[in-house]
Amino acid sequence: MGESPHTVTTMPTVRQPGCPFDPPAELLDARRHGPISRYTFPGGRPGWLITGFDLVRSVLADSRFSSRKELLLHPTIDYGDFEAPPAPPGEFLLMDEPRHGRYRKPLMGKFTVRRMRLLTERVEQITADHLDAMEKAGPPTDLVTAFAKPIPAIMICELLGVPYEDRGSFQEQVDSFMNGETSDEDLIAAYTATQEYLARLVAAKRANPADDVLSDLTDGDLTDEELKGMALILLAAGIDTTANMLSLGAFALLRNPEQLAALRADPALADRAVEELLRYLGVAKTFMRTALEDAEVGGRTIKAGSPVILSYNTANRDPERFADPHVLDLRRQDGGHLAFGHGIHQCLGQQLARVEMRVAFPALVDRFPALRLAVPPEEVALRPETADIYGVKSLPVTWDV
Amino acid sequence: MRITVDAERCVGSGMCVLTAGEVFDQRQDDGKVIVLRPEPPAEMRDSVREAVDLCPAAAIVFSLH
Repeated sequence: MGESPHTVTTMPTVRQPGCPFDPPAELLDARRHGPISRYTFPGGRPGWLITGFDLVRSVLADSRFSSRKELLLHPTIDYGDFEAPPAPPGEFLLMDEPRHGRYRKPLMGKFTVRRMRLLTERVEQITADHLDAMEKAGPPTDLVTAFAKPIPAIMICELLGVPYEDRGSFQEQVDSFMNGETSDEDLIAAYTATQEYLARLVAAKRANPADDVLSDLTDGDLTDEELKGMALILLAAGIDTTANMLSLGAFALLRNPEQLAALRADPALADRAVEELLRYLGVAKTFMRTALEDAEVGGRTIKAGSPVILSYNTANRDPERFADPHVLDLRRQDGGHLAFGHGIHQCLGQQLARVEMRVAFPALVDRFPALRLAVPPEEVALRPETADIYGVKSLPVTWDV
Repeated sequence: MRITVDAERCVGSGMCVLTAGEVFDQRQDDGKVIVLRPEPPAEMRDSVREAVDLCPAAAIVFSLH
């Protein structure tokens, strides 16, 4: 079995000052010791932390590791003997087969490469509208509210059929689930309001189907409860993830001016640039699994029932997989990052996210050639590591008029 | 090179279409993989290999004969 593995005693809560784009130092240190470390979960249950690219990818593809909500353990909070219930109907992120497939399958045809590419013109139009508004209002502005949040939110709401006038309040509620800083009381209030809203929305689609994904889904054997859960997952994923990629990505480009200049000079670089920003930033940074049976991983035996933390962002900086992993290089040739995960849960909306980013990043740098931070970089407020999705809270920018 | 796919395993990520769009497509109704060119020419082999590697569900295999 060889020497005993490296042990990580606590999960980091903050990143190194001055390194907002790099995984926390403790996780990079764990990777230096090896791709798999021991980690004791709060409450004393022994588990594992996987930081190496190959091992993260293999566990994600391995059906012996479960995503079922009732089996997962929180990496940093001790809930004592509280037993989490299974994921509610439709919330297929935290399910295994066959339950997961019942919900993913009817959605797969809605998010194909071809269908998402057909949305390019619409993304261009929405992006141009928001850049126009920024230009008209003049500098400075917060790029999160003026640009990063509205573009993906409008797209997912239009796809699903959320009426325009409902978008604002819905977006705020989703933000409060995801920012990692909402009190329990406010979380429950936001969750309840969202559930009630989605129940009304599903009922409205069933009564008056329109040309949208949610209406299409009513034409099957899915119950209203299931549709509500599916809508929640799609909206939350569509609203928060790409928004954080756009704002954190803009921040990263502004901190790497030669890369920003390369993207502006060569729009054909956009596809590669998006993949590299996904690898380098990885806003969906960790996911959990629990072993259903004893499994050998990287020469260690993960016992049945053991919880496992998969560190996507450390895997995407694995020096055995990527040359100079901590360098943002928009011309990088080696693809295959794990920003969208791997295995049966790999991001359903990834082709939409790609279209949004491929349009939005080049349009932003093209419209504002002198775009720069309006505050010193260390004053840009970051989400805490406790947030499921990493990002900036706001990004004050300015430009010449 | 000959490509076969297991549509049952396919999870509709679209990675094969993104990587080797001349060789793969997705069915419009259920998003599952379709092979446009089961015997792709030699110059497409690298992108097909990459598509095989990137498939999250290991739904694509190819043989050299």
